[in-house]
Amino acid sequence: MRDYLKKKIISENFDFEEILLIPILATLLALIIGCLFLLATGETFENILVAFTNLFIGSFGSLNAISETCTAATPLIFAALGIALAFRAGLFNIGAEGQIIIGGMAAVIIGFSIDFLPIWLHLPLALLFGAIFGALYAAIAGWLKATTGAHEVISTIMLNLIALRLLDYFLRLPVIQKEGRNDPISKSVLETAQLPQILSFIEPQLRLHSGFILMLVAVVLVYWLLFHTTIGFEFRSTGSNPNAAQYAGIKASLTIILVMGIAGALAGLAGSNQIMGVLGRATPGFSASIGFDAIAVALLGRSHPIGVLFAGLLFGALIAGGRLMQVKAGVSIDLITIIQALIIVFIAAPLLVRNAVPWAFKTKDKS
Amino acid sequence: MVNIELKNISKSFGSVQANQDINIKVNSGEILGLLGENGAGKSTLMNILCGLYRPDEGKIIINQKETHFDNPGDAIKSGVGMVHQHFMLVPIFTVTENVILGNEKTGNLNYLKIKDSEKKVSEISEKYSLLVNPKEITERLSVGAQQRVEIIKVLFRSAELIIFDEPTAVLTPQEVKELFKIMNALKKSGKAIIFITHKLHEVREVCDKISILRAGMIVGEVDPKKVSNKELANLMVGRPVNLSLERKKNKTGKTILEVDNLSVLNENREIALNQISFNVKEGEIVGIAGVQGNGQTELVESITGLRNFVAGNVSYFEKKMEYITPREIHKLGIRHIPEDRQKSGVIANFTVSENKILNDYYQKPFSSNYIMSWGDVERVSETVVKNFDIRTPSITTLTQNLSGGNQQKLVVGRELSNKVDFLIASQPTRGIDVGSIEYIHKQLIETRNNGKGILLISTELDEILTLSDRILVLFEGKIIKEFSSNASTEEIGLAMAGQS
Repeated sequence: MRDYLKKKIISENFDFEEILLIPILATLLALIIGCLFLLATGETFENILVAFTNLFIGSFGSLNAISETCTAATPLIFAALGIALAFRAGLFNIGAEGQIIIGGMAAVIIGFSIDFLPIWLHLPLALLFGAIFGALYAAIAGWLKATTGAHEVISTIMLNLIALRLLDYFLRLPVIQKEGRNDPISKSVLETAQLPQILSFIEPQLRLHSGFILMLVAVVLVYWLLFHTTIGFEFRSTGSNPNAAQYAGIKASLTIILVMGIAGALAGLAGSNQIMGVLGRATPGFSASIGFDAIAVALLGRSHPIGVLFAGLLFGALIAGGRLMQVKAGVSIDLITIIQALIIVFIAAPLLVRNAVPWAFKTKDKS
Repeated sequence: MVNIELKNISKSFGSVQANQDINIKVNSGEILGLLGENGAGKSTLMNILCGLYRPDEGKIIINQKETHFDNPGDAIKSGVGMVHQHFMLVPIFTVTENVILGNEKTGNLNYLKIKDSEKKVSEISEKYSLLVNPKEITERLSVGAQQRVEIIKVLFRSAELIIFDEPTAVLTPQEVKELFKIMNALKKSGKAIIFITHKLHEVREVCDKISILRAGMIVGEVDPKKVSNKELANLMVGRPVNLSLERKKNKTGKTILEVDNLSVLNENREIALNQISFNVKEGEIVGIAGVQGNGQTELVESITGLRNFVAGNVSYFEKKMEYITPREIHKLGIRHIPEDRQKSGVIANFTVSENKILNDYYQKPFSSNYIMSWGDVERVSETVVKNFDIRTPSITTLTQNLSGGNQQKLVVGRELSNKVDFLIASQPTRGIDVGSIEYIHKQLIETRNNGKGILLISTELDEILTLSDRILVLFEGKIIKEFSSNASTEEIGLAMAGQS
């Protein structure tokens, strides 16, 4: 297995420019254009410098900054892994947002309602329910596609809206709503279902929780699933050439449902992580469009688990650093959204990157 | 009068030298044959002549004047026209509408003067005996007639040089004869013609001179009257080629495949196969001849589990096959070389070894309990690459970087390296080089000599004739005639055109 990995990495298939250079340049270009936006809105050079310095300090400048970056990255990477997996199987899973909500809801209900289990049972149980409900919810779209041919983009978007409204409804149910509150907010997750913080022994305010470690395990597992199991082989075959996969005896319908299920489980875990590691309860919009940002992370990571890990950390850094930037330089955090959007534009149109910095590329675009 | 000269043309794509220092010349009243294997650089050269590519070096000289084409429009204005291999026609348009498309004559308020154009189309059609009704809907025309529309289109734009790109690939032998008559008529009226093909007897039949292209270079200019097929093949491939194959007399055994009154529908729910019956025995190659689109695809798909059939039976070693899936077919020892390797034979962005295991990845030794064992995959792939002469830098090379011939050898190697009882070979040599064709044909014959059965489906009549022990002709979804292996091209050709 190690030999194979080595060959995979150093073989001629590893297109340095496509896989590494374009994402890196896309990020740099997006930051530069972000600067131009600031200039256009009348910010002074000095203030822009302050803004970007604090963007960096807020994301990597201290232990707390790194903790915040990783905390923000964890759910993004979980959800993006699922989206990347679906991409590999030729499916565009727009539904991570809805799957996060449903998975998070399942986790919160298990989290506050079961009060007799020890932490080593309660915690995994809540995570498991988060994953299962995320999976079931996503599998609806898979099942619709496999049986009726309904396009997964349409059905997952619709399922997102349904999940959002379901959340509003659930949060007002007496069994779920926090006692004595009129606004929609759920009961709090019991301590036995909270993901323990892992850096609090250094400084108590460090928020990074053990979900981060689970996420790293998930990265490895998804990599292994994709490249070292027959299931991954089936996913990749179906995604790359459905006709050839059919010829090879791979059942497309099963593959579609399975891959959506796994993608949903990962998104469900993203939701559970937010609930059990950061928020402690569910509120309307607790998903905070993580499911949509995760699409960008999956794209930037080139649908490769390792790429997703780094892309997710970058997006986590932008979120964490953006907060400090807003405080210190008075620049709106919306700039971060603009930068993220620009990164995606450049990733989706690599020709733009090639034309912007032609001297960085040795080979011509093949397309 | 026109004369066109390409001088020292070179063109490269990245590190690939597609054309190198090419000189060709063609005059009015002359047919130049451009012979070369797939990948020899014919298309690149013609795309330069049509204004689609710009050459890195060299000049295009028309009537002694150096000319530059910035786009295909320039080439058309200079009188260069191309009859494409894949027709560029809108199926629901009439002949005239297709001919004038992009070149419409209009009056006030953009009123389309279709009557004028219809008249001009019939004039052209009469002048060069290109029989076709200007008002007919194009999709109702036969393939041969559609090709005539393509030719009219070129003449309508008053082309002086007409390039025919592999025009015979889709035609029956009789239609080929018709086409050659048309080409000769065009030649007599003073057009210059470039005829691109890889079929040796065709260039010798119709051309005035032949240029042979190999690996991007002109390797020979010969007089068709003074050259043999064998010499041409040697020039084209660059080494002696064995065109005829030794075929031991076969001894047939048990019936492997029995197809009984099979009827199948196509995507549009029209009848694609109409109650056909035939069998394949051990130790024989049964060839299915016919012009493309007469039910071949549906036949193969229905006996390999990719398509349901509406009536009839298919039995394999006297066992009825119902609701079969491709995987069960594979487990039964039936191997299938699919007709289109790009579409379903290989996955382009998979490595060579991943494609090797495409249909048995789930079995030992390639995986056990859902876990891939890449070490074993690589070991077996190395052997297959070696045994089937697949030219690839390594087994971890992406398949899309292999030439068509090597991709096809990979498909053949994958299918034949397993235990074979019955092989369905659909267009096994389409679009590949002569060397690979030779190799694959040998493999097929060897499989047959080992007592296995082969169902060969090919639109190349030569291939059917070289390989088959029995020949069935498929026309409009019916087997209209059966021939023995020593039938003549003419007889089979007539059957392919529907005359039994």
